[in-house]
Amino acid sequence: MNNFWHWTVIVIVIVHLIAYIWLLLATAKKKVAKNDKNTTGHEWDGIVELDSPMPRWWLWLFVISIIFAAGYLYAYPGLGNYQGSLNWSQQKQFQAHYDKVTEARNKSFATFINKPIDELVNDDKAMLIGSRIFANNCALCHGSDAQGATGFPNLTDDDWNWGGDFEQILTSVKTGRNGIMPPLAPALGEEGVKQVAAYVRSLSSTEQDANLVAEGQNKFNMFCAACHGTDGKGNDMFGAPNLTDNIWLHGTSEIIETAIYEGLSGKMPAHAEILDENRVKLVAAYVYSLSKE
Amino acid sequence: MSIYNDRVVKQFTVITIIWGIVGMLVGLFIALQLAWPAFNFDIPWLTYSRLRPLHTNAVIFAFGGNALLGTSFYVAQRTCGVRLYSDRLATLVFWGYQAVIVGAVLTLPFGYTQSKEYAELIWPLDVLLTVVWVMYAIVYFGTLATRKEKHIYVANWFYSAFIITIAVLHIVNNLAIPVNWHLSYPIYSGAVDALTQWWYGHNAVGFFLTAGFLGMMYYFVPKQANRPVYSYRLSIVHFWALVSTYMWAGPHHLHYTALPDWAQSLGMVFSLVLLAPSWGGMINGIMTLSGAWHKLRTDPIIKMMVVALSFYGMSTFEGPMMSIKTVNALSHYTDWTIGHVHSGALGWVALMTMASIYTLVPRLWGREKMYSVGLINTHFWIATLGIVLYIASMWMAGVMQGLMWREVDTNGSLVYSHVESIEATYPYYVIRATGGLMFLIGACIQAYNVMMTIKGKVKGA
Repeated sequence: MNNFWHWTVIVIVIVHLIAYIWLLLATAKKKVAKNDKNTTGHEWDGIVELDSPMPRWWLWLFVISIIFAAGYLYAYPGLGNYQGSLNWSQQKQFQAHYDKVTEARNKSFATFINKPIDELVNDDKAMLIGSRIFANNCALCHGSDAQGATGFPNLTDDDWNWGGDFEQILTSVKTGRNGIMPPLAPALGEEGVKQVAAYVRSLSSTEQDANLVAEGQNKFNMFCAACHGTDGKGNDMFGAPNLTDNIWLHGTSEIIETAIYEGLSGKMPAHAEILDENRVKLVAAYVYSLSKE
Repeated sequence: MSIYNDRVVKQFTVITIIWGIVGMLVGLFIALQLAWPAFNFDIPWLTYSRLRPLHTNAVIFAFGGNALLGTSFYVAQRTCGVRLYSDRLATLVFWGYQAVIVGAVLTLPFGYTQSKEYAELIWPLDVLLTVVWVMYAIVYFGTLATRKEKHIYVANWFYSAFIITIAVLHIVNNLAIPVNWHLSYPIYSGAVDALTQWWYGHNAVGFFLTAGFLGMMYYFVPKQANRPVYSYRLSIVHFWALVSTYMWAGPHHLHYTALPDWAQSLGMVFSLVLLAPSWGGMINGIMTLSGAWHKLRTDPIIKMMVVALSFYGMSTFEGPMMSIKTVNALSHYTDWTIGHVHSGALGWVALMTMASIYTLVPRLWGREKMYSVGLINTHFWIATLGIVLYIASMWMAGVMQGLMWREVDTNGSLVYSHVESIEATYPYYVIRATGGLMFLIGACIQAYNVMMTIKGKVKGA
């Protein structure tokens, strides 16, 4: 803040503190009796006012709080640009806490962080810490039990859109993922959507109209196979889900038509910046361990 | 025929009781939702987010506001010895104010909001409220200006501070540029917007819920106790100290945020200085009863007033403590804040209002006393116990949440996730809802008692 505001703040604060003291001294100076006869002589609707002395303890409470205020403003920022004798700032306080936690973390992590993944998942301490990182950062979408929700994959099964190897999971956590399925209705037409949907359903169940399925398969090979593969088993390069199992990321197979019409998009945010390198590794290891149980 | 305009005071008194029950009912409903989310019935209008602002607006502005408007008209007339400055304007104030409240009921549940806490009303309602408030000020200050008494009674100092400051706060905080009939954008942005909002927000507590109700206290406590006010000089000191200090306290709502350190510090130290001026009002109220302590045994209205003043003292001690940065780091964003607000709102504001209504109703309708003193006593106990359950559960929940959120183990990792703290809060939410239910039952008992009194009945007669 510029000089004008710097001094304005200081003057207002100090004048205000002095005004309190003046108000107290000016009012408390005159000694008065404390009895029912000492009234101000006014009466309103039958209400009379005494002019009893202010309680001494209360005056002291007031004075002490003013002294505290002055002392605090000497020690801490408050008077305009003045930083205070302790040179305190909330940024410094945060940094001190942060450094303390980080130091404790690095010290503790050093005992297990460089273990190979197969040993890391068997380290109880590492997995406990991983589970807490998961609870505070991932559970909001994937659920406390990591079993996912509509649009958010279940992380406890063997079905992986972007690959279930440790390194692949680590990449998902670090850099995030963008799963995009384009809308295909303009290319397929209404009839085509029905046929492809029938074919896709036939991959995980049998009761479908054979004609539709046959037509659908041709169109699937033309429009869908590039990502989902000719066998429909998906491709973890593009995050294209396996369509032959009965696991549906967006609820049930009911939505296949809508998905083809409107397309789908899913976003897993990148966490490399939110968590640090070690914590990303721990939470990825924890997620990896869930599917191995 | 009385020289006073009591008709409008009667209207305000009855509507206060009705809005009070409505506001508390909405509060109970959303308290139940926190314990059992199924109570929102999957209907968007009934969700917590829509009804919470309706609850706060209803209890603060509909219940508290009507109580202040009504009692200020009563007190101003009695202590000035003249009729209201303008009967027609007073009637317009009553109906205009109810229109604002009905407007709130018709907009907030449907998602029309400015999203500023305690200033949610959309801009057309803000404009209407401004017009009503100016009319209110004209009636009130006109009455004071034409008074027959030489001096202005202390209750009127506080009502005056309340009326003037609320006008300033309401207008400055709601300055916005409308883009259509319900949407507007504030002229402030970022930290300035936040600070303006909490300058408003805390002074709404300071001038609406404190100064206004101190005005009420300064008339009805000496009246009911039939005792002189304790100390004129204490009134002077604590009045000027209170109104000048409250203005500074807003930044304590923004500790550890983008607000600059210096502003946070000033908010904190002046909040601490606020303790003594606040307690000045409590001392003056309670000491007014000295010499009438025996009435505590026989008069539940006095009992209610003493408990109200005690809760006032307690929450104005708790507030400065919570404004200390280290305490605030624990208490902020937890249910402790909710407990603190309700010890003031239920304990001080509501009990003082209810006690004043008990004093007022027999006088307004020309009855010797209330229909049933026993029911006042029942009301007193159920309300007091309800408050204790409410605030004790929220204290425990709040401290627990604060501790859980910051718990870091020796490995430098957070011990709990947020959802675990919510799960742990569940029993306290149930206790809180129970406390709220008890308080609501008390309000219903009062409504019945007042209705019977107005009908001219006396229990057992």
